[in-house]
Amino acid sequence: MFRSSLGKISGFVVFLVLCSSVAYGEYGDVVLNKRSEAEGVRPVVFPHWFHRIRFRCKVCHTELGFEMRAGANDVTMQQIINGEFCGACHNGVIAWPTENCELCHSGKPGTKSGIYGGHETLGPGKW
Amino acid sequence: MRRAVNSVLLITLITGLSFSYISIAEQQPVRKWKPIKDDGIHDPASSAIGVLQNPAEALSVLPPDTAGNQVNWVKALRDGHIKPRTHLNKQGKLERLDTDIIMEDTLEMPNVLFPHRAHTEWMDCASCHDHIFKSKAGATPVSMFDILQGKYCGRCHGAVSFPLTECDRCHSVGKKRKASK
Repeated sequence: MFRSSLGKISGFVVFLVLCSSVAYGEYGDVVLNKRSEAEGVRPVVFPHWFHRIRFRCKVCHTELGFEMRAGANDVTMQQIINGEFCGACHNGVIAWPTENCELCHSGKPGTKSGIYGGHETLGPGKW
Repeated sequence: MRRAVNSVLLITLITGLSFSYISIAEQQPVRKWKPIKDDGIHDPASSAIGVLQNPAEALSVLPPDTAGNQVNWVKALRDGHIKPRTHLNKQGKLERLDTDIIMEDTLEMPNVLFPHRAHTEWMDCASCHDHIFKSKAGATPVSMFDILQGKYCGRCHGAVSFPLTECDRCHSVGKKRKASK
């Protein structure tokens, strides 16, 4: 009796631990970690929800040339500093400048690149 | 004596009603967003925590939805709750188009109505044409299997725009309705 309830409790604890280690994020969050951790900084978390309040999709996905596919954009920090991609706004004029490394490179170490935010679905290719 | 019984009955009735009201109120969908320090993808030790805005602060004031960001983004834009820029350095014109496309090859599901209007309020023609969808209606072999793999509509739906669990938002019209234009 005692043993079986102990088993159930320990099973539940394992379940809780597993749940707590699952990455959530807000729907549409993109983690960029192609180079970040290899270069010794945290992965980048890009929140779509924050950006779409301020810009229509077309600004980044047409004018700035971001492919509409997580992982398809091979963006380097040098390009951003030169004003391409994120650097078109993150230049200290429209948004914070690239000196604020930690604000973008704020991801949990070990988080893989891709779309996050499984409020209802895990997004393309995850099914 | 009778008065006392009546009072007790009245109090019981009021208490019961207020409890049932509370339980009804609780059934209303309550929108919740995880703070970024607990969202599992931000590092709680990062100095960005406390600086970056939490989703709840920005999203709770926008028109509600039940899926995705729990925000009806199309309504938020149309009703002026948000005024996202059309171009990086100016507010320019949009390539608006207000034609509906009906997709009829949907087996037992209702036909799909694709509204150009909602899409051109956010994007350019070139966002989808012709590298994702051919301009000629019906010329692209769209299938639900491919969409679930992230192709066609699945480029955005299931990733950023409302998720693929919301079948009836696209499969929304009867089998007889034809395109509006």
